Amino acid sequence: MVDYDDDIVRKFFLATAVWGVVGMLVGVIIALQLAWWPANLGLPWTTFGRLRPLHTNAVIFAFAGNICFTGIYHSMQRLLKTRMWSDTLSRIHFWGWQLIIVSAAITYPLGITQSREYAELIWPIDIAVTLIWVVFAINFFGTLAIRKVKHIYVAIWFYMSFVITIAVLHIVNNLAVPATFLRSYPIYSGMTDALVQWWYGHNAVGFFLTTPFLGLMYYYLPKAADRPIYSYRLSIIHFWGLIFLYIWAGPHHLLYSGLPDWAQTLGMVFSIMLLAPSWGGMLNGLLTLKGAWYKLRTDPILKFMVVGVTFYGMSTFEGPMMSIRSVNGLAHFTNWVVGHVHSGALGWNGMLTFAVLYWLLPRLWNREVAYPKMVTQHFWLATIGIVIYTVSMWAAGLMEGLQWRAVNDAGQLANPIFIDIVHRLEPFYWLRLLGGTLYFVGAVMMLFNVFKTIRGPERVSTDAPAAVPAT
Amino acid sequence: MADNGNDHGSEAQYGQFHRRVFESNAALFAVAATVAILIGGIVEIVPMFTPAGPEHSEAITPYTPLEVAGRDIYVSEGCYLCHSQWVRPMRAEILRYGPWSRAWEYQYDRPFQLGSRRIGPDLHRLGNKYPDAWHYEHMRDPRSTTPGSVMPPYPWLLNDRIDPDDVRASVVALRKTGTPYTDADVAGVEESLARQGGAIVDRLATAGIETTPDRAIVALIAYLQRLGVEGRAELEARGVEY
Repeated sequence: MVDYDDDIVRKFFLATAVWGVVGMLVGVIIALQLAWWPANLGLPWTTFGRLRPLHTNAVIFAFAGNICFTGIYHSMQRLLKTRMWSDTLSRIHFWGWQLIIVSAAITYPLGITQSREYAELIWPIDIAVTLIWVVFAINFFGTLAIRKVKHIYVAIWFYMSFVITIAVLHIVNNLAVPATFLRSYPIYSGMTDALVQWWYGHNAVGFFLTTPFLGLMYYYLPKAADRPIYSYRLSIIHFWGLIFLYIWAGPHHLLYSGLPDWAQTLGMVFSIMLLAPSWGGMLNGLLTLKGAWYKLRTDPILKFMVVGVTFYGMSTFEGPMMSIRSVNGLAHFTNWVVGHVHSGALGWNGMLTFAVLYWLLPRLWNREVAYPKMVTQHFWLATIGIVIYTVSMWAAGLMEGLQWRAVNDAGQLANPIFIDIVHRLEPFYWLRLLGGTLYFVGAVMMLFNVFKTIRGPERVSTDAPAAVPAT
Repeated sequence: MADNGNDHGSEAQYGQFHRRVFESNAALFAVAATVAILIGGIVEIVPMFTPAGPEHSEAITPYTPLEVAGRDIYVSEGCYLCHSQWVRPMRAEILRYGPWSRAWEYQYDRPFQLGSRRIGPDLHRLGNKYPDAWHYEHMRDPRSTTPGSVMPPYPWLLNDRIDPDDVRASVVALRKTGTPYTDADVAGVEESLARQGGAIVDRLATAGIETTPDRAIVALIAYLQRLGVEGRAELEARGVEY
């Protein structure tokens, strides 16, 4: 029996649950600010412009990042039947990553930012990210090197693409000349800077919010459903298709801009092609449940997984569609994009994260979940919240997109006063706040359930699943 | 618990090659994955540094020190999260904002601030649209100039001061990135700040507003008032219809 390091998994687990609540709380606050501007509080540190990066960074790098690390440290040891290569590096990775998150939470409200979307961290913190990532990569490949199982399972292919690609994206995108300790200027300018940034930005979606999560799906979905992966061949095809195509898609963020047309067209074409490998992953996940669908009635973990994978399918259909130039012409700059992003973030990343956390909770602490019914309640709150959120943002986005472009018979703007359109969005902003709040409340319930479970009595029965399930 | 993770069932036959070559060799797998993820980026990014990349224009001048300071404030406050600087080549956008944005207009923008969301209107043709005093009042209380505005007020910009040494550090760093500042530009940062800031202070005074040239608001106004101005003038000089 291998002595797995589950202490590090528990650390990342708790960080995920705590940062998730923090990131979503900031999301609720800035959603309120859009519906009711006095919620900016009249203070420099709490304006929408300073808090939005805190929200996006917290949910992407703290919530989603920590669940990726949770799942990787847990599943990788079992898939390779070895302890992580270095316990010390695991801990440097953990504490370093949390320190980076704390430094983001301090700098953004102070207005210390690069203002490059999803790469707002200033250069000293960027260097820290690079160092911590190298620590993680050494530990990751070190563990592969000492593995006791020759074969490398598909989940680890996806983890590997995460480790490699994020390093490349982060370093290339953040090359800059420092002016002071807090400020730097990118080596790229204008449209080139925009292209590099969106090459990074879109592939943060691709390789931070997609490939590691597919890795989690490939490990935890078969575990939870007690079924083998539907198709091995499909996993090969969609893995290589996905990582090869994704990296080209960035320019769809710059359609109708000054970016050379050839680059815009490449971005659009590859984004549309990306539908195929994305759906390959979704289908491989859903079809794994073949013969196990009845379990959905009783198992909230599978409910979370199925809704998560389904939202992955929906947002990876919507994304390519929005990358079509003419559709993008309407959707770009609107709340539709916000709705799209959240169907991916809340639907795919969030739901899969909750599923993995609930699956791990009794196993990592060898305790029964304190409030099993609350897991199902969380599921319904989250699902209803996402639906309200995305539908209100679709409606708001279509409305503002159409009203911005409407021209009357005389050839003049039908809605010449911008602020009039802003006011028509207000009901949708309140609805979105409601949807987001439901989702947030669900996450708080999970955090409560986690702490109650951890403080509960340890399992004594020997026929219950062991704390460390055999793999 | 059953071992599902590694069970590929009867389908293993389809992936014999992949299984034999890649799935047992971590190093080879890592190299192959690295190649796969590098190709797209190289094909799209490298040509940006060749004539196939964005066009350059002599008509656009680097930001003055005061404009650099103002742009730093714009970046620091995260203005791009609500305002784009990107007029698209579409009829309604040209009617609403002015000529659509050309690549060369951004050539000295570090970082780029095109934005991705229009919670408020686009700002790329904002320069010269309103008097300096409008911007001053708008930042103090957005609802005083735009009734019903949902923008938060930024009264601290009226009091915060910019530090000439800090601005010089920015100009020096920008010069290292390739912005064509001369030695005289670097040496004259303080004088340039005072001159351009003084002119704005004088214009504000005619509207009954008293301030000093080293205030953050003055720098921000300098930046906002040049947005899209040189580009529009160049397009008019070229006789481009829009």
